[in-house]
Amino acid sequence: MSELILILATGLGLGALYFLAASGLSLIYGLMGVLNFAHSAFMMLGAYAGWETMQRLPDGMSVGVRLVLAVVVALVVGALIGAVVEVCLIRPLYKHHIQQVLVTVGLSLAAVAVAQAVWSADPKPVQKPTWMASTTDIGGAHLPNDRLLFVVVALLVFAGLMALLRYTRLGLIIRAGVENRTMVEALGINVQGTFTIVFAMGGAAAALAGVLYSQYAGSVSPAQGGSLLIYAFIVVVIGGMGSLPGTAVAAVAVGLVQQMANYYAASGVGDLSVVLLLAVVLLVRPASMKGGHA
Amino acid sequence: MRATSLIKALPGLVVLVALVVLPYVTVTIPGILPGRVNGPGSLTLLATCFIFAGFALSYDVIFGRTGLLSFGHALFVAAGSYLLTISLSSWDLPLPLAIVVALTSTLVLALVVGGIALRVGGIAFAMVTLAFAQAASIIVLRNPGDLTGGEEGLVLDRSAIPQLLVGVHNAPYRYWLALGFVVIAWALVALLVRSRAGHAMAAVRENEARAAVLGYDVYKVKLLAIVVGALIGGLGGIVHAIVLGGSTPHLTTTEFTLALLVMVVLGGAGRLWGAVIGGFVYHYLDSRLVEFSSSSALGAMPDIVQRLLGQPLLILGVLFIIVVYFAPQGLTGLGARLLRKERA
Repeated sequence: MSELILILATGLGLGALYFLAASGLSLIYGLMGVLNFAHSAFMMLGAYAGWETMQRLPDGMSVGVRLVLAVVVALVVGALIGAVVEVCLIRPLYKHHIQQVLVTVGLSLAAVAVAQAVWSADPKPVQKPTWMASTTDIGGAHLPNDRLLFVVVALLVFAGLMALLRYTRLGLIIRAGVENRTMVEALGINVQGTFTIVFAMGGAAAALAGVLYSQYAGSVSPAQGGSLLIYAFIVVVIGGMGSLPGTAVAAVAVGLVQQMANYYAASGVGDLSVVLLLAVVLLVRPASMKGGHA
Repeated sequence: MRATSLIKALPGLVVLVALVVLPYVTVTIPGILPGRVNGPGSLTLLATCFIFAGFALSYDVIFGRTGLLSFGHALFVAAGSYLLTISLSSWDLPLPLAIVVALTSTLVLALVVGGIALRVGGIAFAMVTLAFAQAASIIVLRNPGDLTGGEEGLVLDRSAIPQLLVGVHNAPYRYWLALGFVVIAWALVALLVRSRAGHAMAAVRENEARAAVLGYDVYKVKLLAIVVGALIGGLGGIVHAIVLGGSTPHLTTTEFTLALLVMVVLGGAGRLWGAVIGGFVYHYLDSRLVEFSSSSALGAMPDIVQRLLGQPLLILGVLFIIVVYFAPQGLTGLGARLLRKERA
């Protein structure tokens, strides 16, 4: 029993990371139709921004405080990068979807190369607060605290984004834009500005995912974003591209399936079963690809 | 008519003849090629560039000719490469039979993966192909039954292939093999483009709904494009394994497919020379830029600039973005435009 609880908790923790990585991706795709390969760069640069912050702050500060500050810096950096990328690179190619995908592909390649030049290809170890490295006893199982924290953070982000979408004017425009962008434009609403904000939000969420993933992995490395991105893509697609609740459900499903298959079958089977899950979902419900309701 | 077509083919033929006799040239071109032109280093570099040109041609059948954004092409290239090395080393098949096994399996794989993935279109198609390729990549890295060699890759069983293709002094033969592959790939794609099927692919790329209304079986046309692309890619995988002496897991990764995409767009999508030049230039820069950055000319630059220039993917990525913006027809499209301007 305690074994099952442990696997469920770690699966949820992983799912939480996938949700953070996928939420921005999903919103961007839903609203703008851009499959953002540069999301891996946002995550990786966010993780490095966090790492640099923790390195530079005085050792006297406790690791926990430095981690919180690192998250704040990463959020700002991620939002800035997202906004700059949207304004400089995505906007001029408005309505050329393939070209937009290509530009983000080029960006992700170049960003990994820059990270390798600046921080070298070797993984940099990150400091972890002692609280996060220890466990909490729930139902007889020793649950790692960091996974619990990931779940809490993901829940907060999910609730925040849902509230934003439901109760603010910006959210209204985003929801309407996902539904029918042409109509929103015809009504005289500036969707352009919304695109930049969505990209900035996506970048911030990605950077947060990057920092937390580096805590999960114990280190930062240039290729880290890429490995997370593939799972984020899978989550977005299973969740129905553009639907936030769908993304959340899919992230939990993918995290749980992966952990369970890795534990009960053999390690590595989990990754494979996630891929199979995607193929099955797409073939059984191809309609889910048309983009859902945000 | 015949005379004009001959004149049109002339530059290509001249380049081909020059490339065929290259292993007899003994001069050194400092900076451009490592060592003598006909030394094993230069010839292996050029041979790999040719193979990548062929890979790009195969991907262009799917992306440039038919307009399908596939993120799973690595799967077919890796299938050719790995099935050849596995057939030779683990199953002890003779080389011709191993090639047949590799190509047949690639064909079956293309039919199955293409058949399933084509049930959805657009971005969903890209994602399903990505998923299949990722699954294959995971399997190869997991190394089931010690078959694929995991992260180490798999070394080619050198006793199973003709001695003419083995050893440092036989580099010219491997060079000619790679050149032969790119010529065959070029000819196949050129024939395909001129055929009825090729026209159907162009129709599907330009306007899928219209092609369907005109009576084309769009699904079959797309599947044919994937099968042809996969077979040429698989053949390239086989040649790659023979020329480089084994299979590496890099061929299975998504990064490899993305690199193919970059090559095709860089050179010019939907153009024969575009894919060839894109593949060649990409691999050449990828392997040579590191040398340039460590050369003495850049010695005076600050450390960080040197390190940035030492990252070929940075330069290729930026170049790629510039091409997407300012030369959507790729380098060959840009060249053709400049030529036309000069004549006018």
